[in-house]
Amino acid sequence: MNFEHVAGKDKGKITLYALSTCIWCKKTKELLAALGVSFDYIYVDLLKGEDRNQAIAEIKRYNPGLSFPTLVIGEKGIVGFREKEIKEALG
Amino acid sequence: MADDLYGPGQQEIDKLYLRLERDAKQGGYNLNPDVEFVKGLAKGLLVNEMRYGYRACPCRLASDDKIQDKDIICPCNYRDADVAEFGACYCALYVSGAVLKGDKELGSIPERRPPAEERQKPGKASGPELSAAGFMKL
Ligand code: SF4
Repeated sequence: MNFEHVAGKDKGKITLYALSTCIWCKKTKELLAALGVSFDYIYVDLLKGEDRNQAIAEIKRYNPGLSFPTLVIGEKGIVGFREKEIKEALG
Repeated sequence: MADDLYGPGQQEIDKLYLRLERDAKQGGYNLNPDVEFVKGLAKGLLVNEMRYGYRACPCRLASDDKIQDKDIICPCNYRDADVAEFGACYCALYVSGAVLKGDKELGSIPERRPPAEERQKPGKASGPELSAAGFMKL
């Protein structure tokens, strides 16, 4: 899987699983960028075959409902655009 | 992964926006007052239409199988229940009167669609999600 990397302050491993068409996903990505942290993101709707299956399996570890955005900060999964929770987790 | 390399043009997006607005008014619904937000979703709907052949919900992972995705073709089966309970549909394309007036704040809401394993096989009788959408008024 090819994650896109956004450079910024190192706050540990931050991974955003998103859909390219979803506005809450976009808001989450914008929030991470505004917070200036380093993170990786991937648009699962653009993946095919094995990459897609692998991404789905990873997301389900944190969010069995497989909804988007799913953000993984360290080992903590945050489902949905939850500004307060995201800021707290990165605080 | 450039988002804007291909896809619907601004004119098409604006056209769908006007259409959604008109349909919402006629059906007694409210669009999210944030025009850019709605246009973003309109674009997502057009992208999905080009990609899958149907307007799958932009905030859900479509399967590329129209029958399996029947419940998430916009407006999805979960819209009415979500607007009633949370003040917005899952994507926040449609909002309640209270949200429109600013009495209630918008945010991500929980996913009402059951996980794939629990979803009814397509073609069976209507499940509870249909009654939630108000289709069982008989
Ligand atoms: S959640 Fe909203 S935008 Fe998505 S399909 Fe349902 S009504 Fe349409």
